[in-house]
Amino acid sequence: MTARSHVVEPIHLPDPPAGPRPLAPRPSFADAVFRRTAFAAGGITVAIMLAVGLFLSLRSAEALQVAGFGFLTEQKWSPETGEFGVAAVLFGTVTIGLIALVTALPLALGTALLLSEVVRGRLRGTLVSLVDLMAAVPSIVFGLWGVFFLQENVIPVARWISTYFAWIPIFRVSGEDGEVLTADSAFTSSAFIAGIIVGLMVVPTMTSVMREAFSQAPIGEREGALALGATRWGMIRTVVLPFGRGGIIGGTMLGLGRALGETIAVYMIISPIFTINWEVLSSGTNSVSALIALRYGEASDFALSALMAAGLVLFLVTLVINFTASSIVARSRSGAQSDG
Amino acid sequence: MMSDTLLRKRTETPTAEGGVGERRRLRGQTFEERFDLLGAGAAALATSTILFGWITPLTGAIGWIVVSYLAFIGFYVLLSSLSANRQTVVDRVVSVLLISAAVTLFTALVFVVVFALLRGQEALWHLNFFTESMEFAGPLDPLTEGGILHAIVGTLIQISIALAITIPLGIATAVFLNEVGGPFARFVRTIVDAMTALPSIVAGLFVYAAVIQLITHQRSGFAAALAITVMMLPIVIRAADVVLRLVPGNLREASYALGAGRWRTVWRVVLPTARSGLVTAVILGTARGIGETSPVLLTSGVTAVLTFNPFSGPMISLPLQVFDFVKSPEPTMIARGFGTAAVLLLLVLLLFSVARVIGGRPPGVLSPRQQRRTAAISTRDALRFERRSAPPAATLPSDPKAEAP
Repeated sequence: MTARSHVVEPIHLPDPPAGPRPLAPRPSFADAVFRRTAFAAGGITVAIMLAVGLFLSLRSAEALQVAGFGFLTEQKWSPETGEFGVAAVLFGTVTIGLIALVTALPLALGTALLLSEVVRGRLRGTLVSLVDLMAAVPSIVFGLWGVFFLQENVIPVARWISTYFAWIPIFRVSGEDGEVLTADSAFTSSAFIAGIIVGLMVVPTMTSVMREAFSQAPIGEREGALALGATRWGMIRTVVLPFGRGGIIGGTMLGLGRALGETIAVYMIISPIFTINWEVLSSGTNSVSALIALRYGEASDFALSALMAAGLVLFLVTLVINFTASSIVARSRSGAQSDG
Repeated sequence: MMSDTLLRKRTETPTAEGGVGERRRLRGQTFEERFDLLGAGAAALATSTILFGWITPLTGAIGWIVVSYLAFIGFYVLLSSLSANRQTVVDRVVSVLLISAAVTLFTALVFVVVFALLRGQEALWHLNFFTESMEFAGPLDPLTEGGILHAIVGTLIQISIALAITIPLGIATAVFLNEVGGPFARFVRTIVDAMTALPSIVAGLFVYAAVIQLITHQRSGFAAALAITVMMLPIVIRAADVVLRLVPGNLREASYALGAGRWRTVWRVVLPTARSGLVTAVILGTARGIGETSPVLLTSGVTAVLTFNPFSGPMISLPLQVFDFVKSPEPTMIARGFGTAAVLLLLVLLLFSVARVIGGRPPGVLSPRQQRRTAAISTRDALRFERRSAPPAATLPSDPKAEAP
């Protein structure tokens, strides 16, 4: 029983080593293995990601060589005859994305302000988790709602807008010969409907980015504004919104990035066409991701390469938007923490 | 010089003259404000009903709601301006606008979810919906035949494969980003950030062209799992990275100061501290991965047969099954589609609730059970130290264990 020897032995300190203590780290075996493993994990991740990027670029090169610069200006999509380009689908993608933003921005801004400035206590916690939960709702559920509920209910609204605002070109709904259409079928499957659905899908993402930015507005400035007699809106306008501007822009762009890449809900709503359609309320639009979902099955090797090129263009667009957004958000964060 | 100026210009605290004023009311409503709100509401409803019913040829529920809302804002401005100044009126109107934005949003989102659940319950009441596959059921068969067992199994297998790759790789990469660092880590972080922008359909297209066309030549559950992995990996890495960054630096420093190496610090300090956040990151990534249709649309293939082998032959998953069902014009197939969507939605809700229960605590904050366990360990340590430092004669009789042999 060694435990019973309670006599505390005096600790013998080792003699101080001659010369200065070595400061260079000498990793133990476990640490060396850990470092290697972590490095390998990072390397594998990068390899996967780069493989995606490189593969996309290499495979799309074939199609891009044939199409040349016309790839960005041609509207038709028939790789078999060599006439193909992303002008129409990219236009449709951007249209849907912008309509989604117009739908989502007021809702997201209002909700984010309400959650960070007005609601308190338990209700706020509940609503914040509800927003987070909504970000996880599968897009196919939104698609179902769009097809089976929103579509028929939004047609009267679309018709009303097109009746009273037809003097604005994008709200016109005209037939082949320029005559004004009012039948229900002229309003279904439009970029407007797809945009509303996608807008609702991206609101939760935008809301949580904005709310986080707003809640970081410094308390000192808030109290200062209130102490000077500002109303709550006055305080929001002079303190919260300026401090949260980066969050608003960044959140909006992140939402736009998601909206541009959205596939299945758009694919379920729209009826694909391959011309640029300025009339957002009228039937027929397209998007890059819907094009890929539509055409990948029948694709020959060359057609697949063309689809890859379209996917690459979409990826580059979302990449630019996301990087701009995250740099704006990051910059606004570092500014917001300057409150001493 | 410096202290001179400081001495001369001293801050003087203002003395309250005539006592402290009344405290400002920043929240809550007076009776009058409530009256303004109710009055404006009643007036708006009455106005729009009169407009729609008698005076003008306006029709439609949506129009009625819009007109009522605009009238409400108008009346509210009018009533408030009777008693308050312009800034207060603006403040109240903005509050109303904020609340209406949030109400619209939550109504719409909750409605989307409830719509799928309600339309789906028709199929959910049939037990065979969960125990049979669609192998022997055609589009015209009633809901009492066929089910989505094959899609449920497919989803579970695909997400398991994806998680088996994503969890170790994702968390190891996040650890690499935070604990090892260096220029290569910065490069990895940039690439990961870039990849979160990858549209999920492009991830599917990549796997379709790189794996299915070049290697396997057939769609399979494994290919779908790979597509989900490519999509999920950046999400999980980013979320885990954020969580690990929140681990307080002084915990790490304490561990190094006690002589632990890097690996020991990561394994004993960093990962346990961030455990709840990491689990949340993984679960939320899983919820995204389960619900995403577009990567599996290109890679998994559509089948009605129950299959357990992810490596050969098509294997459908829940979101793709929804998509496939609602393409049919048959009402029973659409009902099945909604039922499948409801199952998917319930699965996501379940994952989310689990994530809330486990996570939601900042790093280092323990659950009650963990707290009890830590407290027990500390007590044992304290007793041990006490026994060690006390003189042997005093402790020996009171220690029954020591006397036993």
